[in-house]
Amino acid sequence: MIASARSPLVWVVHLSVILLVLLWTLPTAGLLISSLRDKDQLAVSGWWTALSTSTQSLVYRAPGADKQVEKDGKFVISGNLLEGQSTGLVSAFGFNSREPTAFQPGQTADLSDGERLTVQADGTFEIVSDKGMEGTRGQRIFYTAAVPPRFTIDNYIEVMRAEGIGASFINSLTVAIPSTIIPILVAAFAAYALAWMKFPGRAILIAVVVGLLVVPLQMSLIPLLKLYNGVGAFLGVPAKTYVGIWLAHMGFGLPLAIYLLRNYMAGLPREIMESARVDGASDFDIFVKIILPLSFPALASFAIFQFLWTWNDLLVAMVFLGTGNDSLVLTGRLVNLLGSRGGNWEILTASAFITIIVPLIVFFSLQRYLVRGLLAGSVKGG
Amino acid sequence: MQQLLFAITTMAAGVLACVAYFYGTNWILDRIFPSKGLTGKVASRNLRITNTIRPWLFLGPAMVSLTIYLIYPVIESVWLSFHDKSGQTFVGISNFKWMINDGEFRQSIYNNFLWLLVVPAAATFFGLIIAALTDRIWWGNIAKTLIFMPMAISFVGASVIWKFIYDFRPEGSEQIGLLNALVVAFGGSPEAWMTLPFWNNFFLMVILIWIQTGFAMVILSAALRGIPEETIEAAVIDGANGLQIFFKIMIPQIWGTIAVVWTTITILVLKVFDIVLAMTNGQWQSQVLANLMFDWMFRGGGDFGRGAAIAVVIMVLVIPIMIWNIRNAAKEMEGR
Repeated sequence: MIASARSPLVWVVHLSVILLVLLWTLPTAGLLISSLRDKDQLAVSGWWTALSTSTQSLVYRAPGADKQVEKDGKFVISGNLLEGQSTGLVSAFGFNSREPTAFQPGQTADLSDGERLTVQADGTFEIVSDKGMEGTRGQRIFYTAAVPPRFTIDNYIEVMRAEGIGASFINSLTVAIPSTIIPILVAAFAAYALAWMKFPGRAILIAVVVGLLVVPLQMSLIPLLKLYNGVGAFLGVPAKTYVGIWLAHMGFGLPLAIYLLRNYMAGLPREIMESARVDGASDFDIFVKIILPLSFPALASFAIFQFLWTWNDLLVAMVFLGTGNDSLVLTGRLVNLLGSRGGNWEILTASAFITIIVPLIVFFSLQRYLVRGLLAGSVKGG
Repeated sequence: MQQLLFAITTMAAGVLACVAYFYGTNWILDRIFPSKGLTGKVASRNLRITNTIRPWLFLGPAMVSLTIYLIYPVIESVWLSFHDKSGQTFVGISNFKWMINDGEFRQSIYNNFLWLLVVPAAATFFGLIIAALTDRIWWGNIAKTLIFMPMAISFVGASVIWKFIYDFRPEGSEQIGLLNALVVAFGGSPEAWMTLPFWNNFFLMVILIWIQTGFAMVILSAALRGIPEETIEAAVIDGANGLQIFFKIMIPQIWGTIAVVWTTITILVLKVFDIVLAMTNGQWQSQVLANLMFDWMFRGGGDFGRGAAIAVVIMVLVIPIMIWNIRNAAKEMEGR
């Protein structure tokens, strides 16, 4: 723009765009960073502090009396509060949940029954008693420790194994791939007919397709649920099957597919088709040999749309595939986890990232086609 | 894994069946009414017949599928909305009467109107601002990609992302939700944002705005680039400043596109379901029509009558936009 090149406000533009970009990316970044953090750290500090050392209040249970050793006439139980963690620094400790920070490291706390507890800053502790200790339950030690940042993929391993995310991932792929591929040919033939063949009622059919573009899915749910139940009972098969959901996704995706492809095909030069027709090619030949290859960009646009939509869909999957544990797709699983593991952010963030990673890869690698499809679908007709 | 193989096999079978259908019917048509190798009346008659039939062969599968999955259900839903919960007994307009007196339904309508007022306007506004700003800087395309990215994220995924931002810890403990951390940093006290009636609607809307701004931006950016340079040059020569050019020269030329973006997002808002289900499931007075409808579909074994009636309400709200769309499409067809 001519005006902006001279404008002294160009830095304001840069700054405001940076601000907007941050606003739009930080939420996702926070999710990704959190999913890679240690779950104990994630639970007590914000993800923006992920790189700094965090202070945690923790509890450790010392080994029971059977682990005591006799040394110089005294009985000793020793160990390290921070065992299993690489490094860390204890800044306070206590033996009572009401005063978890009563003592400094290096000090000795007198436990009630003549036992003495000493904790060093590096986490080593000793419980010393003049007479033999009893009881199988060990002493609880409360401590505050500065723990260095730790990143791990444990959260991902856990959700893939224990939370059913792995199975749901397969389910999502099972739903999305055929639902994307099957409608393409059906839509392409219909689009060609609507774009280049002459027959009575063509304009009405195009109007119907445009109208169906915006029909809310909610209108279809109940009748189709009844229909599927009826067909299932009639044929003696389950009502909720993958075939059912593939066909449903195809039906719901067709208006957009036909509309996009028709707009694109109608824009192809008429001369190509006429010269082919003069050479004696039939409509079928023209479509298969000329139009289909030329329409590749539009086909790709639609395929991306349909894939994102079927992968990200929750409603259709919940209604037509059910909410049983074996049939949940990723989005459905995530909703379930939100309910059952609402506070376990290490599980939620890792699961959410697994559900969004596939669409993000598709998005970043094929963004060009997505943009083209959006423009064809909205600006031209709308 | 086995399941995936099954999926890929069925997909291949489906594609093959499509190919076989189109190729086969076409071949049969050419066999019954041959036009090649024949001359005169018979050939031209056969050609006319095949040209009449062939479009319907091409359209057939699509029309069957659209009829089963969209046209028949719309009619059936309207029919069901006048019937009781099992869909058997005609009950007149009692479902709609129930609706008007139902507090939850009125809450949903009210919330839906809030959504309709805020989300399309905000997403279009931000999209327009970002489109205009990013066109002026060298790294604009990178910025656009990043802002466009949430488009690819599912509503449920986005809900988790934002639920994490809205996360609430009691006062005094360290906040791990970004919003509450900011509030505390500025000296406020943390809130459980999702449980604040009325305001929680806006926190949910933020999620949809976050997703849809990229869509608005992409389309409006293309429209802004389509504005003829001469109009802007003329304004510069006349001494207009940047803001004047933007509001008085550029905006009026892209009104049509703004309307398209606005209506597209409006329709999406009417259907919003996943976000509310995942974030609040309609609690704390944040219910919307689509989620209420889903709720009634399964509540108490499923009340198909009331569910269908709510779907019909959503449909009625969509119809004006539908008519507008069809008119525009028809206008464009005439222009061809």
